[in-house]
Amino acid sequence: MAVTKDDVRHVAALARLALSEEEVEELAGEMSRILGFFESLAGVDTTGVEPAFRALRRENVARDDAVGEMLTPDDALANAPDREGNYFRVPGILPRE
Amino acid sequence: MLDRIETVEPKTRSLLYVRDRSELLDEASAIDAARSSGDRVGLLAGVPVVIKDNIATKGIPTTAGSRMLARFVPPYDATAVERLKTAGALIVGKANMDEFAMGSSNENSAFVAARNPWDLTRVPGGSSGGSAAAVAAGEAVLSLGSDTGGSVRQPAGFCGVVGVKPTYGRVSRYGLIAFASSLDQIGTVSRDVEGAAVLLGAVAGEDPRDSTTAAEPVPDYVSELDHGCSGLTVGVPDEYFSEGLSPDVESAVRRAIDVLAEAGARVKAISIPNAAHGIAAYYVVANAEASSNLARYDGIEYGHRACGSRDLFDTYCATRSNGFGREVKRRIMLGTYALSAGYRDEWYLKAQKVRSLIADDLSRAFEEVDAIVAPTSPTRAFGVGELADDPLEMYLADVYTTHANLAGIAAISVPCDPGDGGLPVGFQIMVDKFQEVTMFRIARAHERAAGFPRGVPDL
Repeated sequence: MAVTKDDVRHVAALARLALSEEEVEELAGEMSRILGFFESLAGVDTTGVEPAFRALRRENVARDDAVGEMLTPDDALANAPDREGNYFRVPGILPRE
Repeated sequence: MLDRIETVEPKTRSLLYVRDRSELLDEASAIDAARSSGDRVGLLAGVPVVIKDNIATKGIPTTAGSRMLARFVPPYDATAVERLKTAGALIVGKANMDEFAMGSSNENSAFVAARNPWDLTRVPGGSSGGSAAAVAAGEAVLSLGSDTGGSVRQPAGFCGVVGVKPTYGRVSRYGLIAFASSLDQIGTVSRDVEGAAVLLGAVAGEDPRDSTTAAEPVPDYVSELDHGCSGLTVGVPDEYFSEGLSPDVESAVRRAIDVLAEAGARVKAISIPNAAHGIAAYYVVANAEASSNLARYDGIEYGHRACGSRDLFDTYCATRSNGFGREVKRRIMLGTYALSAGYRDEWYLKAQKVRSLIADDLSRAFEEVDAIVAPTSPTRAFGVGELADDPLEMYLADVYTTHANLAGIAAISVPCDPGDGGLPVGFQIMVDKFQEVTMFRIARAHERAAGFPRGVPDL
């Protein structure tokens, strides 16, 4: 199992992680080794086996569509890194000219 | 107990936060006053409890052991915490842990690594290492932890205390900071089996705020505790006593099985044919779910935000890169890889199918036996730094604990006689879904016959 440095860069972009060149190098080696160990799964015969996904088979749990308790705007915004009035402030979404 | 915390905390580093002394003493006095005036008080009235730092506590910092949430103060209580407060428990503080519950040694805490109170040069285990160390060191009577692949049972084993991973859906996950949602379960840490039964009884049960909680009624875990294990059958899987198990742990666990046999249990050899695939299936599933759950830490609504970035994409990347520690990034990368286009079927889906096979193996075993017994971990507590540079070796510490999470069944780790008077050894008892009453009976029978709990470490 060989994970290349390009694979690492691709996955890091998907995961929204900025990695240093050193981290890319290190992760390529570690991921190759760890995924190499996990590769033993490929040898298990799973013909006709359903994937588990969840531990308890409880489906379509619904509740009444009733208004319950909720956070006040101040509580909801109390942990915001940057706030303006009752809004979260964020950096520009569109690139600046 | 607050004095004990002050004395030992510089050595154990079990706690990330201790509440204000006068506030706690006021709460304790209020409970004393209520009790002496004849008012009804809760089952846990005045009992000091510490909460793992990935369980939300209203108004009390909850960091999940991460820089990402270093200044996060939840605006609400987790359901389990709310129920503890209703039962009268005193929430003393927050327990140290591996960052986002990812680790088996507590060394991944972004703040400070907790130590094993029996030997301060060794790890307390993880990820609920602070919970186990705090209870072992006498800094709290009870603790709530979380167990995704052994994170309550392994540190309980390393620290010589009792740790329970209940059936999936038994305890509400509302307010538990998500790691791998199909595996995560809040669990208990206590000095003895009775403490575990009382604590689980207080927090278990259906919760409209967590639709994965089970509707099954919560039995009285305490009333049948002393019914003994006579007539029950315990299964011993060959696969759990093979390569990789250290001889001192094996002999301690074999002695514990003999103790159960002398107390009247039937012992039967069984087989879990797919046992060897547990670690691989677990880590693929857990990392995939983690990569998805941790996508929420983007620096926008709460938690750390990197400053100085030009645009939103840069803000996300910079925030996540300096907010998360090494192991968390490694697992996000492995999980994202396993879910990425072209690899999902080969890795994630395959692991979920192997998970079904392991669950089927266990179901078949439970047709023949009431419980399965095993070591909790392949070794006793290892030294600080010993496995820190080898992520794969660290993952193998979970070899006996992941099966219960994959299958959603319940399991307990209790201390057993190490034989040489040295560091604690954990003995694991697994039962089928919602069979916690049987699990507690067997654990209690062992505890009685083997003479636990035994003392508190000198610190």
